[in-house]
Amino acid sequence: MIQTKSLYSLAKVLRSKNSGPFELTIDIIFDKEENYRVVKNSGIITNELICKLYNISVEEISGIIFYEPAMAIKITMKRPIDSGSIGDTDVYGAQQHAPLIEIQIPV
Amino acid sequence: MIEIKILSPCGILGYGFPKESFQRGLEKKPDVIAVDAGSTDAGPHKLGAGVGIVSKRAVKKDLELILAGGFDLKIPIIIGSAGGAGAKKHVEWTMEIIEEIIQEKKLFFKTAVIHADIEKEYVRNRLETNNLFPMKFVPQLTENDLEKTNNIVGQMGVEPIIEALENGAQLIVAGRAYDPSAFAAYPILKGFDPALAYHLGKILECGALCAEPGTTKDCIIGHLRKDHFIVEALNPIRKCYTTSVAGHTLYEKDHPYILHGPGIKLDLSECKFEQYSDSTVKVSGSEIEFPKQYTIKLEGAVKVAYRTLVIAGIRDPIMIENIEDIKEEVINQVQNYFDEIPTDEYQIIYHVYGKNGVMGIREPSKQISHELGIVIEAIASTQELANTICSAARSTMLHYGYEGRKSTAGNLAFLYSPSDIEFGPVYKFTLYHLINVDDPKELFPIEYFDLFNKEELKNDSN
Repeated sequence: MIQTKSLYSLAKVLRSKNSGPFELTIDIIFDKEENYRVVKNSGIITNELICKLYNISVEEISGIIFYEPAMAIKITMKRPIDSGSIGDTDVYGAQQHAPLIEIQIPV
Repeated sequence: MIEIKILSPCGILGYGFPKESFQRGLEKKPDVIAVDAGSTDAGPHKLGAGVGIVSKRAVKKDLELILAGGFDLKIPIIIGSAGGAGAKKHVEWTMEIIEEIIQEKKLFFKTAVIHADIEKEYVRNRLETNNLFPMKFVPQLTENDLEKTNNIVGQMGVEPIIEALENGAQLIVAGRAYDPSAFAAYPILKGFDPALAYHLGKILECGALCAEPGTTKDCIIGHLRKDHFIVEALNPIRKCYTTSVAGHTLYEKDHPYILHGPGIKLDLSECKFEQYSDSTVKVSGSEIEFPKQYTIKLEGAVKVAYRTLVIAGIRDPIMIENIEDIKEEVINQVQNYFDEIPTDEYQIIYHVYGKNGVMGIREPSKQISHELGIVIEAIASTQELANTICSAARSTMLHYGYEGRKSTAGNLAFLYSPSDIEFGPVYKFTLYHLINVDDPKELFPIEYFDLFNKEELKNDSN
């Protein structure tokens, strides 16, 4: 059986925040290079996965970008409703990371 | 000059900081104190309504320390995005506080005020000539929305701030500014690498959020040198690590290493983050491009409706099980009761905490809590109608006889008496657009004052 660990346990930081009032950005940051590599090389963090977890279409994803100097992965997407407008539920976008917590990474 | 030290007291002016940290910062003889006072983070309300996000008392408490510290060291003090959103009302509010402090503490500064307000006519002209470019996922502005939009601001770059510094201003109160501008202006004026200056500014603008444990409510200092900079926390309980500083570089940005600002494109793809001492981090390798076309980002907000809301708890298990049907049926009953009010004049929105209150339609979890918190909000074209609809929805849900109900005395545990809270106007961003400009300073006029003697100064360097 393949051993897996949750993304939450591998990452040092897993957070979400507005990047401007119309976009939401998620940062996954590692403090151990082996954890960053295992997640990056797993190929699990893809548009398809993010679409499924957030119930969005691929056009709503601005990008999934790996940033070596910070051992970080950034996922930026459209906000369902712009910050503070009628119907918005998270003005700072600060609690929208949770669907990523249980992503299982083979280790 | 081989090094410029930039002291950042806190992440937002008025958030507060320990005075011991600030004192430690002053002892390091900083060359400039810079602080960011604003953001779009808290939504469109601040800009639309012309109010701040922190109290006057809190801003005054912070500014008393900052102004006295800068005055003693005879160094420039730069405030970016004054008052929260950086429009005229926000700048005036900040200036009143500063004037009070200057009078009370008998301080003298040549003070520059840089305005960031944009005329509606100017924006209309841009719209009509197809020179108004929405940011990603932003709908194009409509003439109708423009008509109702208040307080339009533009995000200034370093150029207007540099002009104020060149004209001898020691205290600079800038309206809406690109967050790093307040931090990068002084070192760029002194000939330091703009790539490093902007990158350092990006890190310092949130106070000690780039340290561990991170917070916006503490001081941080940046040492900018020829080909690198050092970030140092000023509270011994916090340390800067490569992970925390590198991590902060990508904070609240759409891209981790390409950052666009007024007249700049920062490229941090080849950056190096090194542990310099056990608590400080060295950063090098930041690069910058100056696109041929200089762009300014505009922000504007419009009042769209009024809101009234009620907060209640639900503990009965049968009620919880049936909550989706009950929500729908309450809306139906309200619409039937007020059949003389067109249904497009109001909206009833539920937020159910314990189910999907935080993520709404994006919530993947099916788990439901043993108790739910419900916010029923009514949105309408007038406050009176919002109150009316909220009251009807609240009383309908309180007494609604759902199938199998046992708790027949009432369905909601109200948090307050009275239960309904009149919220006031609701805003939305209408402008989050770029425009092209020929001159980075053309939209940002500067005035100079002697606030101790309460007089306006001529625009010269004396």
